[in-house]
Parts: sequence; C-alpha cells; structure tokens
Amino acid sequence: MAYTEQEILAGLVEIVSEETGLPADSVLPEKSFTDDLDIDSLSMMTIVTLAEEKFDVRIPDDEVKNLATVGDAVSFIVGAQG
Amino acid sequence: MSSVPDVVITGLGATTPLGGDVASTWRAALAGESGARTLPNDWAETYGIAVSFAAQLKVPAADVLPRPETKRMDPSAQYAIIAAREAWAHAGNPEVAPERLGAVVSSGIGGIWTTLDAWDTMREKGARRVLPMTVPMLMPNSPAAYVELEFGARAGAHALVSACASGAEAIGYACEMIRTGRADVVVAGGTEAAIHPMPLAAFAASRTLSTRNDDPAGASRPYDVQRDGFVLGEGAGIVILESADHAEARGATVLARLVGVGLSSDGYHITSPEPSGRGQVSAMRAALADAGLSTADIVHVNAHATSTVVGDLIEARGVREVLGADADRVALSATKSMTGHLLGGAGALETIFTVLALMDRSAPPTINVSEPDPELVLDLVRDVPRALPDGQIAAINNSFGFGGHNVALVVASA
Repeated sequence: MAYTEQEILAGLVEIVSEETGLPADSVLPEKSFTDDLDIDSLSMMTIVTLAEEKFDVRIPDDEVKNLATVGDAVSFIVGAQG
Repeated sequence: MSSVPDVVITGLGATTPLGGDVASTWRAALAGESGARTLPNDWAETYGIAVSFAAQLKVPAADVLPRPETKRMDPSAQYAIIAAREAWAHAGNPEVAPERLGAVVSSGIGGIWTTLDAWDTMREKGARRVLPMTVPMLMPNSPAAYVELEFGARAGAHALVSACASGAEAIGYACEMIRTGRADVVVAGGTEAAIHPMPLAAFAASRTLSTRNDDPAGASRPYDVQRDGFVLGEGAGIVILESADHAEARGATVLARLVGVGLSSDGYHITSPEPSGRGQVSAMRAALADAGLSTADIVHVNAHATSTVVGDLIEARGVREVLGADADRVALSATKSMTGHLLGGAGALETIFTVLALMDRSAPPTINVSEPDPELVLDLVRDVPRALPDGQIAAINNSFGFGGHNVALVVASA
C-alpha cells in the first residue's frame, strides 16, 4: 500500500524535526537539508535510515547526495515506492 | 616560577538516584534516604534475573534534556552532560581559553544501552536499520567527547577506564593535567548508565549483587553483618578542577582543594581485591604523601564499601593500617548504602560527597547497618550525619575497581 505525497511529507517532517529539534513548521519542502536545516552527513544518514524504515523504501547511498531539499526527498520516496 | 600549581575545586554537578542535582542529592544523603527501588518493569520475571531492583536516577534524563540530545547520546553521556552543565554553572561559567580547558570523563561500562539496542535492531530488522550514530554513542569516550564539545575544550579530552574506580581516576588525571601545566580548568568526573537487563543478569551471575528483592531500600548495607552484595546504581558526578591561581584571578569561590592522588594496582585477581589490602593501602599512602599531609590531618573517609562480604572488610582493615591510632577519630561513611553503586560514576559522586562533607562539616550517614560486622575496626557514621571539626581538615575518598584498580583522593577544606 503506497503512501500519498502528503503522508510522506508529514512523516519526513516528523523524522527531521525529531532528529534536529527544529519545530515541524520550519521543515518546509523547499528547505535545503544542509544550507537551511544545518544537517550534517551523519544526521542525514540517520534521517535516511529512519525514512527507509518508515516508508518501506530503499534510498541508495548514491542517491542521497541528490536529495538537496526536503521536497527532493519526498519526490524520491514517492517514486521509489513499490 | 616552575612550582607545581595547587588544584582547587570550584564547581559540582550530579544526577543520582537520590536527586537530579547536587543540592537535592546531598539533602537526601544527609537525611539517610535510599535511592534503591523495585524496577518498574518485569525484567526479573521475563528473563529470570535473580535481582528485581536497582537505584535508578531520581529524575530521568529525558525530563531534563531536549529530545534531539537524548537521541544523539547514550544515557551514560546524557547523565554526564546534565552533571557537567550544573558543575559549570556552579563554578560561575568560568572564562578560560579553550586551549587551557580540558575534559576528563569516565564510564566503567560504556554505552551499553546503545550497543545492545543496536544489536536488537539488527537482529530484528537487518543491518540497514542500524543507525549511523551507533558508534559515536557506544564508544566509552563518548561522555568525555560530549563534555569536550559542550565547552569547546582543546587542552585534551580523556576517558580513563578502570571499572568502579573510573570516576576517581578521571579526577586524579584531571588534577595531573593542571599540575603539569597542560590546563587551567578541567571538567572531570564519571558516569554510568548500565541498568539494563543484561548487565543486571551478568552482575547477578558473578554473585556480587544483593538479592534482597523484598527490601530494596535495605539491600545496600555496607559493614552490616547481613550484607550480601551491592545494589546496581546509575548516574553521574562532575567537578570543576582549577588551578588555584586561575580560580583566584577570576574571583571564583573555592569549595575545597584536591591535594592528593594515589594510584596502585593489585596484580592479583580480575575481580577479587587482594586479601591483605596491600594495594589499597599503597594507594592511600601515596595519596597522603602526595598531599604532604599526615594521618593526623584526616578526619573523614568516604569508603568505597560496596556492601560485599569480602570487600568491605579488606578496605576497613586497610584504612586502619594506614591511619593507625588516628583512625579512632575518623568518621567513616559508606554512601553507597544510599546511592547504590554507580560503577564508573561512583568515585566522582563520592568525591562530591567528600567535598560537601568538608564544606558543611558534616559526614554523611551510612544507612541499613542494624548490626555492624564485629570485625569492623573503624568508627562508622550510622543513620545520622556526624559533625566534623572546625579549622583545616582533610578527608580520603577511596575507589576500587574490578581489575585491581585502586584510587585514593585526598581532599582538603578550602
């Protein structure tokens, strides 16, 4: 059963907010993980690991560098669902 | 010019089974309260562990730290950070050049919760679910590293590991950092968070834990004839050590002076203390010599005394051997009767108790001693605090660990 784009955004915002301590309403689709949200590589990999489990998808390491913004990650997860 | 700096203590911080900070912990200790309770879970039943109680933190770390911090730190580092922030504030947020600031924080066991949680996750869900923060959280230097990062310390961050002597050894090493000119201020102490079913089962397997399940508060009873082992505790103690010159220059309040550090090892057995107490005696004598004090200056001993049948008496005989006739005037306190055994946190918390005893002129009580062991040859402070004399006084804090590690610290009044 696939998640909707809205569900994925909401779920990802929750993961990022938990990991960074940033309020959920500041984690917007256009925000850059590194430049806006100040997420380092270790935190990014934590977010990836938690998102893979939550949405039952695989996010290959090679793909992570292409996920610049929260919206990029949502789009990738939408497309990666089986 | 080249004289060795004197080392003073200017800040204290703790989170313990008796309280979430130093003041509440000390108040509870003077009141003779026990931090041991039946565990709020069914570990004993589920896994068949012989022990169903422990001395858990009075104030859970999750009630104090923001959520992202609790996710990034093993509980052992969380406790250390809570205690370190209190100690730093207590010392008046010292202004010190980063290059002159050190961090020495030890744990006896390391990040055991993180280690075992990650293994559980991997077995249930596979390797891809193991979180990337696992290694920085489980490594035994993690509490030292987080304290180093918290204050931006650049003079060195160290984590000396010597089981139940770790916290005292950390403070001893921090003292040496200042004496040898490597630092002006060092954040030092110990932490432990090992109340997990596996270590509980493992300590129970080694028959070192009390099995008094029907009376957790009465289980830790050092020197009592009915003692049957220690009570597993958790928590952290941190002190701010500072060169006397640095403290004076910034107008800091000196709480006490750390004047002697004595170290030795038994060279005997992996868990049992050497029966004659030779190693422990040697550490205490070394600490007194280092302090340049005589046995007549010592008015109080905070004993390692964990409530084991063999260990308590070996230490008591050693204290008698070192202090001789002067031991008759010494108030002996075994605070693990109230806190349980904080393992790597114990030596640091008991250093804090020693400082407070000198400041308040009050030796904390030893509870649960209904009938003292007839072989105890020292004056044990029982049930209620004992007044200590006025004037310049000093005390010894002993800490010993599995592996035969012996650490004695001598603390003197400000």
